[in-house]
Amino acid sequence: MALTNQPVDYVIALAGNPNTGKSTVFNALTGLNQHTGNWPGKTVHLAGGKYTYKGLIFKLIDLPGTYSLMANSADEQVARDYLCFGKPDTTVVVVDATCLERNLNLVLQVFEITSKVVVCVNLVDEAKRKKIHIDFRSLAGKLGVPVVPTAARRGYGLDTLVETISGVASGRIITSPCMVKYEEEIEEAVRKLEPDIKKLVGDVFNTRWLAIRLLEKDKTAIEALEQWLNKKFAFLPGLEA
Amino acid sequence: MIQGSVCTGLNDLLKEVEQLNLKGSLDLNDTIISSIYKKTEIITAEVVTSYGKPKIDWDKKLDDILTSKIFGFPSMILLLTAVFWITLAGANYPSELLATALFEGQERLTDLFKWFHAPVWVNGLFVEGIYRCLAWVVSVMLPPMAIFFPCFTVLEDMGYLPRVAFNLDNLFKKAGTHGKQSLTMSMGFGCNAAGVISCRIIESPRERLIAMLTNNFVPCNGRFPTLIVLSSLLVAGIATFFGATLIVVGIVLFGIAMTLTVSWVLSKTLLKGIPSSFTLELPPYRKPQVGRIFTRSIFDRTLFVLRRAIFVAAPAGAIIWLLANIHIGNASILAHCANWLNPLGQMLGMDGHILMAFLLGLPANEIVLPILIMSYTATGSIIELNSIEALYQLFVMEHGWTWLTSVCIMLFSLLHYPCGTTIWTIFKESGSSKWTVLSVLIPLVISSFVCFLVAQSARLLGLV
Repeated sequence: MALTNQPVDYVIALAGNPNTGKSTVFNALTGLNQHTGNWPGKTVHLAGGKYTYKGLIFKLIDLPGTYSLMANSADEQVARDYLCFGKPDTTVVVVDATCLERNLNLVLQVFEITSKVVVCVNLVDEAKRKKIHIDFRSLAGKLGVPVVPTAARRGYGLDTLVETISGVASGRIITSPCMVKYEEEIEEAVRKLEPDIKKLVGDVFNTRWLAIRLLEKDKTAIEALEQWLNKKFAFLPGLEA
Repeated sequence: MIQGSVCTGLNDLLKEVEQLNLKGSLDLNDTIISSIYKKTEIITAEVVTSYGKPKIDWDKKLDDILTSKIFGFPSMILLLTAVFWITLAGANYPSELLATALFEGQERLTDLFKWFHAPVWVNGLFVEGIYRCLAWVVSVMLPPMAIFFPCFTVLEDMGYLPRVAFNLDNLFKKAGTHGKQSLTMSMGFGCNAAGVISCRIIESPRERLIAMLTNNFVPCNGRFPTLIVLSSLLVAGIATFFGATLIVVGIVLFGIAMTLTVSWVLSKTLLKGIPSSFTLELPPYRKPQVGRIFTRSIFDRTLFVLRRAIFVAAPAGAIIWLLANIHIGNASILAHCANWLNPLGQMLGMDGHILMAFLLGLPANEIVLPILIMSYTATGSIIELNSIEALYQLFVMEHGWTWLTSVCIMLFSLLHYPCGTTIWTIFKESGSSKWTVLSVLIPLVISSFVCFLVAQSARLLGLV
């Protein structure tokens, strides 16, 4: 293929709960045929593909579907480590329009790691059938990032999605995601830790997110950080694809 | 030095965390999660409105049947039977057509070689060896796969697999393993190597290993054609496709029972532990994308498996032909090997040629039957094997098969060691040569034991 040898302009990560049609979005954008199936846990590794938009080359990474980024299982850890250490230019979180509430949990967790996010509300056709109405404009306002309604199986909304991704990746669209405020005690501890974390890692990572993980004594996060600090962070498999 | 300072940096941070002395980390995690949940609740309440209930909740109605305590299992078996019946009934005619065409091609090729005055061994190696083996693989395997895969993918695309997991969850829990193993097992029906990779969705290493070690007890698509042909052979002349379908379903259910039994034994012995609980989301049923399914299952699965089979079958065909035509003493190498393996084969209800075929079929299960046919016909007269009747002639009339031979081959094929690709995948996924060796030994011992038991008791009871 012509795309394989050219340098990539932007790297885009695709995150989302299982069964939201993430792989369908991935296939629709890249024209690849990653196996899709209607069951949770189908994608267990990072799959990569490319597409072009207005002459720019975008590399799309399909992360395993996860309900959270708490790294409870191997696939959750793969997704989280990629978002944190892979530093994608933009992260698209695919959410299921028929159960928005549960899906937004992941969105808010992604916000803590990166601010360059596009929320893709997929399966809007199914939501319509179930007589669910979503005010997308208001949702975008509350989240502070662009929201794109899609029905990926039919190709609806994908043009807008591609355009929005390009806007966020290039910095034309400025995002300011809403952050969850925790109890004052936690917030105070975070404020105390943040400057020291900044000294250690610089501006590379989101210090707030790291501070919270440290306060939780999250073993996987501490280990990953240690590896990164030792420059041993041998990068995750699947990226060469 | 740099490394040292980096580590102290991190350690200082961790010390600082200790000094801040917040609540326990578990409590903290809880409050953090509940803050997130509260926020999503507030947002959702403001942007989502539901305008009336949909008229009929088809999902619920379907689930009431497909996952009910009473109808769950029968409907599962019924669906399985339906898929196999469609495969068996539908594959028969195209198989015959393909075989006729391809064996017609063999004669034309032979004519061509004669016209070139090519030496006899060239014709033997390329036409009788390689071409015939390939013709077999294509005509025996292509039609069933082209029917079975789309059927299976339709069920997958609709969202039936999580329901299977839901139904089987209780059984797996009783076996001391993870309910998600039923999902990885279902993937094994397509390909055991893919099934082993899909075990990554299981969090606990103990349960993941059990799922990997038992994945090969469900027949992959490389073995389905063997099972389908042999079951047709078993009922040839007596019953119809339906009889053959029931045999295949029976074999599959036996494989699932074996998966559960071995999992249970492993979780009580080598891999002790309590099953961890999990929540499985039952996704809504979705209308399958029929057009997409057909193209995808033909290109991604059918042709993929076929290509793999052909790449392995071509050299295997050549090797078999050479073994059958190089003589040491008064017999060919093939005959020597088969004779040597024969006592063991007889003990397991099979014969030396059959064991040879299983050994040479290690790289890919799909070529076991073609190799067997090759090795039976390698030196004999060339017959056109374009139908079940011709196979019946070859196996039963010329090589003295009984029903017991067919049954033992089917059992051995179901239970024997995983194919080369799967073994390699298990090694990569588990990262341990010990477990990889066990993943070969456990099924090998079980399959030999089961075949021995069946063969000996059938003979003792005078059933053959």
